[in-house]
This record gives sequence, C-alpha cells and structure tokens, in this order.
Amino acid sequence: MRVQLRVDGEAAVAEIDRPGESLLATLRDRLGRYGTKNACEQGECGSCTVLLDGDPVCACLVATAQCEGRDVKTVVGAVPRPVRDAFIACGAVQCGFCTPGLLVSVADLLARDDDPSDVQIREALAGNLCRCTGYEKIIDAVHAAAEAMADGTARPPQRQWITTPVVPSAAAEATEATP
Amino acid sequence: MPEPASNPPSGPAAGESAIPESRAELSAAEPGAARDATTAAAPAAAPEFPTPPTRAAGGVGTPHLPGGVGSSPARPDAEAKVNGTFDYASDLAFPGMLWGHTLRSPHPRARLRAVDTAAALAMPGVAAVLTAADVPGKLHYGLIEADQPVLALDQVDYQGEPVAIVAAETLDLARRAAEAISVDYEVLEPACDPEEAVANGSYFRYQPVRLGDPDAQVPAAVVAREYVVGMQDQAPLGPESGAAVPTGDGGVELYVATQWVHSDLEQIAPCLGLEPDRIHMAIAGIGGAFGAREDLSVQVHMAMLALATGRPVKMMYDRAESFFGHVHRHPARMRYEHAADADGRLLYVKARIVLDGGAYASTTEAVVGNAASLAVGPYEVEHVSVDAWGARTNNPPCGAMRGFGGVQTCFAYESQMDALAEALGLDPLEFRRRNAVAQGSKLITGQIVDAYDPSRADGGRPFSPLADMLGRFKEIPVPAVPAGRDIIELPGGTGNTTHGEGVRRGVGYGVGLKNICYSEGFDDYSTASVRLELVDGQTVAFVHTAAAEVGQGHWSLQAQIVRTELGADRVELLPNDTKAGSAGSSSASRQSYMTGGAVKAACEAVRELLRGRDLADGPVEATRVFRHRATKPMDPVTGQGESHVQLALAVHRATVDVDVELGLVKVVDLTCVQDVGKIMNPVALEGQIHGGSAQGLGLAVMEEMITEQGRVKNASFTDYLIPTILDMPPMRLRIVENADPEAPYGLRGAGEPPTLSSTPAIVAAIRDATGLPLTQIPVRPEHLTAHFGRQP
Repeated sequence: MRVQLRVDGEAAVAEIDRPGESLLATLRDRLGRYGTKNACEQGECGSCTVLLDGDPVCACLVATAQCEGRDVKTVVGAVPRPVRDAFIACGAVQCGFCTPGLLVSVADLLARDDDPSDVQIREALAGNLCRCTGYEKIIDAVHAAAEAMADGTARPPQRQWITTPVVPSAAAEATEATP
Repeated sequence: MPEPASNPPSGPAAGESAIPESRAELSAAEPGAARDATTAAAPAAAPEFPTPPTRAAGGVGTPHLPGGVGSSPARPDAEAKVNGTFDYASDLAFPGMLWGHTLRSPHPRARLRAVDTAAALAMPGVAAVLTAADVPGKLHYGLIEADQPVLALDQVDYQGEPVAIVAAETLDLARRAAEAISVDYEVLEPACDPEEAVANGSYFRYQPVRLGDPDAQVPAAVVAREYVVGMQDQAPLGPESGAAVPTGDGGVELYVATQWVHSDLEQIAPCLGLEPDRIHMAIAGIGGAFGAREDLSVQVHMAMLALATGRPVKMMYDRAESFFGHVHRHPARMRYEHAADADGRLLYVKARIVLDGGAYASTTEAVVGNAASLAVGPYEVEHVSVDAWGARTNNPPCGAMRGFGGVQTCFAYESQMDALAEALGLDPLEFRRRNAVAQGSKLITGQIVDAYDPSRADGGRPFSPLADMLGRFKEIPVPAVPAGRDIIELPGGTGNTTHGEGVRRGVGYGVGLKNICYSEGFDDYSTASVRLELVDGQTVAFVHTAAAEVGQGHWSLQAQIVRTELGADRVELLPNDTKAGSAGSSSASRQSYMTGGAVKAACEAVRELLRGRDLADGPVEATRVFRHRATKPMDPVTGQGESHVQLALAVHRATVDVDVELGLVKVVDLTCVQDVGKIMNPVALEGQIHGGSAQGLGLAVMEEMITEQGRVKNASFTDYLIPTILDMPPMRLRIVENADPEAPYGLRGAGEPPTLSSTPAIVAAIRDATGLPLTQIPVRPEHLTAHFGRQP
C-alpha cells in the first residue's frame, strides 16, 4: 500500500505492507525520521507526539493508512525556535527522550494560548511523561518560551564551546564489514 | 550531533547570562569558604591561562570561571536533543541491518523439555534462531556473580527469562518468528514468598549489624511496626536498545545504552568466547537509566546474532519487554522496633529487613549491605540489632535503582521516627534534631562521621549538618490553603471528583541518608585522559572517559572542570568507549566525584607538564586514574566496618491534600533541603533534586509492579503509573554546601538522596491528613478508605 503525505513540509511516500502500521513506525523505520521517539506504543507517554493537520496526536496510535494526503509535523517542523531555546536555557532537557514529544505539545499549547498559567500548562502537558526532570524546569521553559515569543526578542543563540561524542550510525560511518 | 568544526569557538560565559531565573531558590550555606566560591557571581575576565587552583578541596579556592565549575553552561547535548537529531541507541541504523528479538518464558518457573526452532527458521527473512546451545562461550553472566543464563538452559526461574533469540529482516518478522518457536515447558510451582525463602535458607546475602545490647535497655517509649514497600520500576523512557556490528574478522562492535560499558565488556567477552580486545564497545545515546542499565539486557544477545549472521543486528525492547528486560527496585518487608528514653533520645533500634532479590543475584548483595548499614538513618543510637536478607525467589530479578537499598529502610525508619515522636509527645523535627548525627558521631557500623569541617562547632557541640538542615524549614513557610482553587489542583484533578468537601491538608517530613560511590571495599576508580592542544590559535581540550551521560549532565560537568582547571577555549568530548579506561558506572551518585575527580586530576597533570613549555610546541596529554579513599567490608557477624566513602543528606517537607472520602491524594508542595557539598552546576543540580523527588513521589503514591505468583500484572505505562506533570507539585529547594574535605571541589553526590527522603515525607503528610498509620507503599486509595464500614 502506497501512502503519500507531507512530513515537516516535504512530500513523503511510504510503501507499507501492513494495514495497521502506525505513523510512528512509518516515520522512524521507513522514512528514517528518528526525531519522533518510541517509548511505549500505547499512547500513554506522549514521546511520539506529532501534529497531524495541526492537531497533536500520538503517532503510535495513528495508522499510516489514515494519513493519505495529510500534513504531519514532527519536532523538526512543528516547534518554534524560542521554544527549543527555552528548553535548553531552563534545563528542561535531561536525557531528552521525552523532549521531542513535549516540544510538539508545548508548540501546540502556545499556538492556542500565548500566556498559559501553571494550571493550564500542567493540563496541556499531562499526556507527556518525563522521568528525569520532575517537570519543574519544563514549566519554567514554557513560561520562558511564551515570554520570548510575546516580545519577539529571540534569545541570542548560545555559542557552543563543548563538543559531544558521536556514535557512528548509518548516516555517519557506514560499516565496511557489512557484506 | 554537532560536528566539531561547525561549532564556532567562543569566548566563555555563553551559558550563564541567558538562563532565566529559576523558580527554585539557591542559597549557599554558612561556611564562609564555600559561600565565597559560589557567590562571587560576577564573572571574572577569562583568564589567559589560569593560575593553578589550590587543591580546591572543600570548595576552597575554586575559581569561579565563566562556564566553569559552579556555572550552568548550556548542555552540549541539548541542541541535538531539541532538534530530534540526538542519536539514542534506539535510533541506530546500519546498512544491511537485521532486527533481533527475544523469546521469553511466560512462566515464572518451569523445566524446559524441548525447544523447536525449525518453523521459525523456515520463515523467509529469518536469518538466525539461537538457543542456549548456540552460546559460544560461558553460559552465565552477572554483575557481581555470574549466575544468570545468557539463554535458559534446562529451566526458567522467572517470568520473562530469555529462552531464544531471533534475527530477521524486520522487527515485525523477528517477533512473529519468535512466536513460531515451540517450547515444551513443564510448569513448576514458583517460590514467590521472600520470607519463606529466607526461612528455607534461599537468599543471596544475610547481613546483620550488632551494636551494644538492645535487650538490656529500659525505654520510656517503644514503637514496633511492620512496613511493606512495593516493587518499583526505573521506567526510563528510552527502551533497552543497541546495535552489534561484526568486524569481519571474528570480532564485533557494540553500540549500546549502558551505564557501565567496561562491566558490560567483562561480562560479554567470556559469553561470546572472545578476548576482550576483539570487542569494541561504545555508549550510544541513553534515554534515562536510574539503575535499569547496570545489568546486561540486549548486549550478549545482539552480539551472538551479529556473529552468527555476519550482519549488523539491532535490538530494541518495546515497553512491555522493557519491564521484563531489566531488574527492579527490591520490594521489602521490614519489622522495626524503635525505643527512646524520657529525654527523647533513641535507646535502641531493632530491625528485620527482607528484600526480595528475585531469581538472580544482580546487585542484591550490595543492596543488602546498604540496607543494613543505613538501617537507622542519620541518627545516633548505641544499641542496635539489624538483620537484613536478600531473598532468592521466582519473582522478577531485582537490582539497582536510584537509592539502591537506602530507599526501603528510609521509609521504615522515618515512619518510626514520626511514630516515636508522637508517642513521646515531641515535635517530629525536634525529635530528629535531638538524635541527629554530628561530626564525630558513629553510625551503627562504627563508621565515624568525618566529612565535615572539624573546626566548625554548633554552640560548643560538634557540627551537625542534619540539625542545621532541619532548622532551615523555619524560614520556609508551609503554603497556605488558597481561598479559591482550580479544580485541577484538588485531589482527583481532572476527574472533577470534589469541590473540596472531604479534602484535608497534611504536612510531613522525611530525612534520607545515602552513601555515595561504591562501598564495602570495592576497588572503585575512574579514568580520564585530557589532551590540550592549539587548534587554529585556540586551546582545545580533548577529554576521553568511559563515563555514561545518562541525562544527569555529566558531559557538561566534565567540560566545566576542564574550563576551571585549564581555561581551555573549547572542550571536545571524545566517544565514551572501551578505548578509554573504566569510569565505573553512572550510579551510586558517583560520577561527579569519581570521573569528575579523574578529569580534574588529568587536568592538573596537564598543567604540570605545561610548566616551562609552550603549547605551540605540541599537544600535552595526561591520563589519570582517580580513586576515593579505601573502604572496608562489613563484618559478617557484627556489620561493623568503615564501609562507606561519603554520606549525603536530604530532607523533604511534603504538603498534601487528601480527599479522605475517596482516598485520593494530591501533593501540593515539596520543599527540599539538601547538602551537596559544592554546587557544581546549579541548573543540573536542581534538575537532579526535582527528578529524584518525583521518583520518590511515585513510590509514595502510585508506582508498583504488581506480581501474582511471580507473574507481572502491569507491564505497561497504562497500568504501571509514573508521575505526570499533574501529579507533581511545585518544588522549593534550599541547597546547602557543607564541603567534604576529601572530595573533588568538596562536592557530595546529589542524585540519589532526594529519592530517599521524598517518599517518607509524603507518606507522613498523608498520615497527618488522615490519622491513619499507613505502613505500606505505594499508598493506595483503598488504604485510605478501608476503615470506612469497619465495625468499631
């Protein structure tokens, strides 16, 4: 079965061989878009949250077959820069596995409400589990992002002076040992 | 991930100014020296080349450099993580890669009569189906004792034990092939009661502690209770995963999310029948750990499949398999008896502690040591009788989880301290203060509390960090009950269950004492290499360690230390792999101390080598191994011995609202006072305290893996609940810096202590609201409503 959809503004075509294949599996395993994370495949953790025609959904609960002609935005295409900057600056990122899904949910929240209260933030993000942060810094980050987006003053980009290790993957270092 | 070249070098101080003021409040402690170090906030100009700091122990003399120790530079991994481009182990992909999958036993205990793999092997696209007969080398592995089969031999001993492994073209196919494997089980009765196991002599370790003569004492008040702690799961969001790539000459490369890559290698190599130098291991991106990645999961299996097929093999557990694929926190049953004299001083403590280690040894031995040595917490008592066991049963294997043996007993001893205070008519804080350990005190193991400035005194008495911390709550008022509240803020939250009629408020305290680093004589060390060279006119420090960045911010910390010690313009962290020496595990709150210490030592060596040399003449490199002071094993009969390296304290106050009619609990405030010795990175530190407190909240009110006769009933996030953002209250932090003169920069490990203390604080608050004794965690609604309808 051939499904045509748009992912982060680009046309994409998925050849799926199982009618029940989830959008999450298609994004990751067929389209190589690993930005959306798989942590439970039951719609409980929110790590795979994407925008489907503008609405937040758990990609693990949406069948790719339902996505013909639809618009999917992942962490790559859905999240304004100030939201990402705020997550970095406030320490809302630890292991980071929940971060892509959270960022999409925050982007959706701020698109609906440009100055949410703590209670509104908690309700809006109740579907995104985070095991590292206890959520305090995430709430800080949402407020910081709302402020940055309201006054239009983008935070100057952090100049990075620490470089992280790189583990080889298909993109980086193809293995010569592969037959 | 960012390429080195694409990162514009920068002047320092990139991080700090941009960080919005945190809602948590940081306050340095009194000690003058430490305070000076952290409050010298005005960033000094970047030094040309820093003058060598003094030994910097105790925080003394640590220069406050922009981006250095004491600041919060942007995490180096954060940019990739917010862009979705950070490569977690589950994101790895290699050309020609196969997917591996594990067939696990559905029975907690059974004999394996036969395993028939023919149907699975015959499926098109299936490349290999392997069983115990295909294990190339040693048949067992284990962190401390190699007792766990790579694949089940003739018997399975817990539900979820691996029986066979499959490699196929897709994960879906691998799963279906595993279903096609036919296993003939002779189901046996599982042994699931840890008390029975202990009675039958089936346990991994028994550790008593004997001090004084409890039975000869004449107390004014005695409290004896039994406590039950459920089985908690680490539930890191990133699943167990990794990839194995054959090198073509019989060796293999492994990329895996692990907390301790060298321990992995030591266990894997014998099972694969390979010399360790034929295996290259690197740590792939880790989505949280909390102890779940200390034991092996996918490592040997994917390596076997890769070697058997000659192709790269990836394995990734789904959530259900993850619950079966790692060890858990030991459930516990504890009987405690506390007695005090009329002056409110502890007279004796007796404790009987049974931890359920499940089917295999894992780290149960060390967990029992912690449970026994920390069994009464940070209180002085001269007469003690503790018996602690780690039982062997057919329940899921238990091992490392944040808090590691300190969590279970903390719930019990803190509950006891409250109960005894009540029996004596004393305020719970005052009772704790009277019994708090101080500099020079002895723990129940005979270990002397020596980690504080000996010259500090508290009104003529030795300095007691705990008494000081308890006193700080006076300055932080309990939040008032607001006049009007959003219904979401009441117990029941979005369920719209109340308008507040049956809601009662309660306040409670909890104190936790955790040992930092490895105890009981373990040779605990870490290794770091630092190379300083000029690149395009800039000083660049290349740092190589094998320490796992599990999310705690250790990469930042290494770079901060290099910045402080060498003032490098840029820090490049090399892959964390087995080409470096062992860093030990990212556990026991030890990496800041140990690998931080190793990086600091390597920097100091580089600085020495640079004396009278010009960096333009060539790079300078040094490798250093760092060890903490030696510890001793606990005496097997008396439990006596200086078994711990460092002790760390955290105190929580919890405020809760309880709907006493429906049994629903809402934690409305958590306030934590923690002694961290030295604030190395304020933002990361607050994150550790917040996150640790959250896991303690989970254990207090919701988290439990439920087993029935060895079968796990809730292996999913639908049924195993972890705190959401709606469950977590706002948190207020007071961070105290009582420097440890032995530790790098005076720091104390910080990740675990808040996980100990938040649980008893929350349960104490629920007791305060309900008047119920509550001796079991997690506290469930039925525990709070069971008294309704009971005949008086």
